[in-house]
Amino acid sequence: MMIRQSFIEMNARERAAALLDPASFRELLGPFERIKSPWLPLQGIVAQADDGVVLGRGLIDGRSAFVASIEGAFQGGSMGEVSGAKIAAALELARRDCERGRPILPLLLFETGGVRLQEANLGLAAIAEIHAGIIAVREFVPVVGVVAGVVGCFGGMSLAAALCTRLIVTRQARLAMNGPEVIEQEAGIGELDAADRALIWKLMGGEQRYATGFADDLVDDDAAAIATAVRWAVAMGVEAEPRSRQISQYMARLAAIDAQHPPTPVALRRLWQTDPVA
Amino acid sequence: MEVLRYKYPAKRHVTHRAHVGVVGSGDLEVLFEPSTDQDAHVLVTTSVDGFATIWKNVLDRFFGRYDYVASIEINDFGATPGTVMLRLEQAAEASQA
Amino acid sequence: MNLKPTLSSRGHTWFDALAGQACSLDTGLPSVRVADGELNREITRFIAVVPDPNNRFARARSGEVGVDEGWQLALQVRRAITADRDCRRRSIIAIVDISSQAYGSNEELLGIHLACAAAADAFASARLAGHPVIAFLVGKAMSGAFLAHGYQANRIIALDSPEVLVQAMSKESAARVTRLSVSDLEQLGRQIVPMAYDIESFARLGLLRTIIRHIDADRPTSHDVARVRGELTDAIGDARASAANLSSRLASEEARQTRAASIEVRRRLAEQWDAA
Repeated sequence: MMIRQSFIEMNARERAAALLDPASFRELLGPFERIKSPWLPLQGIVAQADDGVVLGRGLIDGRSAFVASIEGAFQGGSMGEVSGAKIAAALELARRDCERGRPILPLLLFETGGVRLQEANLGLAAIAEIHAGIIAVREFVPVVGVVAGVVGCFGGMSLAAALCTRLIVTRQARLAMNGPEVIEQEAGIGELDAADRALIWKLMGGEQRYATGFADDLVDDDAAAIATAVRWAVAMGVEAEPRSRQISQYMARLAAIDAQHPPTPVALRRLWQTDPVA
Repeated sequence: MEVLRYKYPAKRHVTHRAHVGVVGSGDLEVLFEPSTDQDAHVLVTTSVDGFATIWKNVLDRFFGRYDYVASIEINDFGATPGTVMLRLEQAAEASQA
Repeated sequence: MNLKPTLSSRGHTWFDALAGQACSLDTGLPSVRVADGELNREITRFIAVVPDPNNRFARARSGEVGVDEGWQLALQVRRAITADRDCRRRSIIAIVDISSQAYGSNEELLGIHLACAAAADAFASARLAGHPVIAFLVGKAMSGAFLAHGYQANRIIALDSPEVLVQAMSKESAARVTRLSVSDLEQLGRQIVPMAYDIESFARLGLLRTIIRHIDADRPTSHDVARVRGELTDAIGDARASAANLSSRLASEEARQTRAASIEVRRRLAEQWDAA
């Protein structure tokens, strides 16, 4: 009998290794390379030696892959110049290798609040380069994303998750463009009470996202289960019309929504429920 | 943010480098490598100022038990002395594995 | 949002000025304006997101990119890609004057993150298909809205104006999230160039091809418009002659200074990528 091993309790490095084929993980630009944030120490913030992203190459079911695993415990997994560059650079090299006939499967583990505000415009620029990287490689190989929690996936990185060929989530995950605090700040507490945890998961939690078609698989917080889901996602291959290209479908769905009387989260599940994917 | 440096005489050989931990709230990361000379060297970058003596106490105790000729880099985000010792021990053990 | 009337219509102003006599396409969504005009005698699709006080979503009435806007942007860009599949790829100009993405619980529920991703996808796909995509910053270029509308461009050019701002988050929200004061953040922006909001600081990051100076941003003269058309034409020529990816963003002298770490990451990763 398999003993359940919490994926969420693992750090970024453990998660990366857990999802690749056993013993196949080889770290790139690891902490001993010491490519750190040039900007955090200027503000008296202690930098992490890998800037909060673990990059590695390895195998998924024997196929060449790379994994970019964001460390949510360091600065909320936020994207700074270096952490963002690591992910973008890996996607760019994967695209280059695909063009040369050596496909590499990208696996992105999202645990991020979005842009690191202490690096602001460089974080934002790096995220734009991540988007470009996903779009450029996605025609060759499926790009698989995982949002597990506890941080979730917010800000510009929520767009990156939405660009993935397939997205795997847990119930503990959250996926949204704006974090609850920011919505409350910008739109007022009447719009969203950032302290209302139950409401937040109803709007943007993993189960809701899966039930309304924004994620492809909902998996237990269990490393083996997530690894299986990743292998399924990879085996399904490239998608001719990924979610971010389903324009007519989404415009039709939205046209049917009454903006003056929008559906509740539960009602939206009935409206947008997608067929369980084989 | 404070940067502290320490040097210790040491004897035991470091087999290979090791890394443990995360620079998260109440935690630290330790980069543990063979030293380039005969002494052990420690570089501490910590988010909490004014604890130089406490760092020295912890490192004195660590090198008293694990006198590895190591070059140690610590990036700390407010860990307790107990957590610091734990991470140092984890790194030392991982380096011999 | 309290925008001065002149600010909130810079998108309109420049769309009208540049698209000229061309008819706006009927998008069915007043907040997204699209017209196929001309630059340098070549067909050029101009796209702007503008305020619509009657937007069916209350949180997207002041020129924000909301759920409807994201998908509409994607649609209008993809139609250009499809139409030009077998002929010369028209240029696409994203006129950027966007305060932010729309902030609201309905927006999140209905997947604004995917709507914005769809827009980014469309612009990037156009670029990869050989369409020169130029972002022309005439006002705010903020956060997720900019990621959706403009940041996938081959080249970015901007007006020299105090209202042209690029940033990841509003000052008030950034202050709340970082637990600093707005004035602390502004002080940091003076010392740490990526944290600043103004266009000169953004230019120092090497992401901007041109700052167009001495233009009346709110009431451009015909001479002003002619100058901008010239700069857009130059940017288009540059884009057509270059790779379709974003590598030019790391090639400038400014980037070698302020994005040295980004360049170093790529150099060292390429070295390690294939090692045994």
